[in-house]
Amino acid sequence: MATSAIIFYVVATIMIVFSLLAVTSRKILRAAVYLLFALAGTAGIYFMVDYYFLAAVQLIVYAGGIVVLIIFSILLTSHIEEKMEKPDSLKIILTAILGLGGTAVSLYVITNHLFTPQPTTGVEATMSTIGEKLLGYGAGGYVLPFEVISILLLAAMVGAIVVAKRNKPENHD
Amino acid sequence: MIESVPLNQVLIVTTLMFFIGVYGFLTRKNLITMLISVELMLNAVNLNFVFFDRYLFPGKLEGHFFSLFIIAIAAAEAAVAIAIFINLYRNIRSINVEDVNEMKN
Repeated sequence: MATSAIIFYVVATIMIVFSLLAVTSRKILRAAVYLLFALAGTAGIYFMVDYYFLAAVQLIVYAGGIVVLIIFSILLTSHIEEKMEKPDSLKIILTAILGLGGTAVSLYVITNHLFTPQPTTGVEATMSTIGEKLLGYGAGGYVLPFEVISILLLAAMVGAIVVAKRNKPENHD
Repeated sequence: MIESVPLNQVLIVTTLMFFIGVYGFLTRKNLITMLISVELMLNAVNLNFVFFDRYLFPGKLEGHFFSLFIIAIAAAEAAVAIAIFINLYRNIRSINVEDVNEMKN
């Protein structure tokens, strides 16, 4: 077995275990930290398929941005030591059946479908290729979604500020 | 890794991760933990895009850019969601889904 395969299996196991812990842990701050490990494992897999830029973005935006945001909101809204109450067991069983059923159907399709992987071509995801494609307006260019995303991020930023702003009482002193 | 691990096996990992997210979304009652489950699902979808791109359509980089845009959208979504949670906590002192029925009636 190749070394990269072993590394992949280890990282995949870590990701699955920490994902499970993130949705079952009863302490909310720990759930957020487990999510961080699952996301970092994902970044590791991006590194393994040679998408270095995507891996860096994953680490910066997810691990550096979203998880920190989630942890801040946990600190603002919850007691750290408090344990969340357990969901009732009927709900757990029904949801587990749903999840396992969905997993079984998906895995049945995946394992029975014959994928034909293409041999890797010379095109690498280097910074210059990514930049040219991201700002290219010809065939295979992504300048329109790039601009739409920039507007979306601006709107989300303004929206978040407006929503989270405390409503001042009307008296001006 | 592309030569040594077949596509079927990596898709098993992403499928498991996605349905773990579904399980968490349906069993959790705290809004922040539900957001964590949504992030897990988005992450699994990102991985799927990258794997299909890398194994079946190498050199086109389409899945790469889709993942990039999904990450940006996830960031925007998380920012707005957490702003809503904080406003909610300020108003009703709770971020439990069962307490959030202000707009009913």
